[in-house]
Amino acid sequence: MAIQKFEDLGAMEIDVLTEVGNIGAGNAMTALSSMIGQMVDIEVPAVKILGFQEAIDYAGGAEKTIAGILVPITGEVEGEILFLLEEDLVGLVVSTFFGVEDVDLLNLTPDMRSALTELGNIMAASYINAIASLTGMAMQVEIPMLSVDMLGAIMSVPAAELGEMSDKLLYIDNLMVIDKVSIKSKMMLLPTVASLDRLLRSLGVIS
Amino acid sequence: MSEKLVVGISDWKICRSPDSLITYALGSCVGICLYDKASRIAGLSHIMLPDSTAIAGGHTTRPKFADTAIIDMLNAMKAEGASQSMITAKIAGGAVMFKSASAQFNIGERNVEAVKKILGNLGIPIIASDTGLNYGRTVTFFAENGNLEVNSATKGKSII
Repeated sequence: MAIQKFEDLGAMEIDVLTEVGNIGAGNAMTALSSMIGQMVDIEVPAVKILGFQEAIDYAGGAEKTIAGILVPITGEVEGEILFLLEEDLVGLVVSTFFGVEDVDLLNLTPDMRSALTELGNIMAASYINAIASLTGMAMQVEIPMLSVDMLGAIMSVPAAELGEMSDKLLYIDNLMVIDKVSIKSKMMLLPTVASLDRLLRSLGVIS
Repeated sequence: MSEKLVVGISDWKICRSPDSLITYALGSCVGICLYDKASRIAGLSHIMLPDSTAIAGGHTTRPKFADTAIIDMLNAMKAEGASQSMITAKIAGGAVMFKSASAQFNIGERNVEAVKKILGNLGIPIIASDTGLNYGRTVTFFAENGNLEVNSATKGKSII
């Protein structure tokens, strides 16, 4: 069996991808936790296969202002990691690193923007390293990019990138919960169809 | 009563005066607004990618690509009574949301170039545009007068 489109995935493959997301995100959250000095929990990841518009609606709605960090993944697993950071998480990071309270997402200083980008870089690398050791596959993160804007506009970039061959996006969605309930943000892995096939093969789920 | 129709990503719709069309958060995507002011028929297309013929394997979801979406929307407008020689265009979007050294992420620029070329080949003049730069845009297109309202999180509202 080969995975030629996201709809080919069965319940068992989805379960395995959920666990892959769990392991990757667990590692990324440990990295985040040590950087901001707070407990970070992750909820059980959700594997979503959605059309472009549905994916944007599910992530929070097209016009919501959000900080997006896009990290391209290359190697045997290709795709992107996208962080969608809500204003409260950005505020927490900025107050931890810069001692500044009352952050306005649309008026971040260049220093704040590079700190956030670096945070995305470290978290994405932790996520990818965990998957690489689990699977023995070679993959790396490329230079991360930050944009603070409407969620739909941010998601249009990975959607266009991954949407040439597919009308759906698959993402392994991790909700981070900091300080128990108050701060929530998303981290998602968006792999290409071909990468999913290789990933599931390396784990012996398909042959 | 006028109605406001929502056009999703990888979608197009047409309407008549006094209705209007809205599409949210164009990033690297381009919103193509076609208008026949005689019949006051308007169309709005939200494309994601420039060229369906560049895709190996013949995958074509027509509203997703500039080439197929523009042709289909134009034909739908003509079927409603619009005349191609009267149609003008306004375009918005095609931003570069993420600054990168790699051309791979300049999909916004490639989308705008493709849209300009396709409209040029069809003899449809672009009478106004708000494209490029690095921010997202929500656009509303009014069939009553052909006005295009552009809203962004960082730059506020303008009418072109």
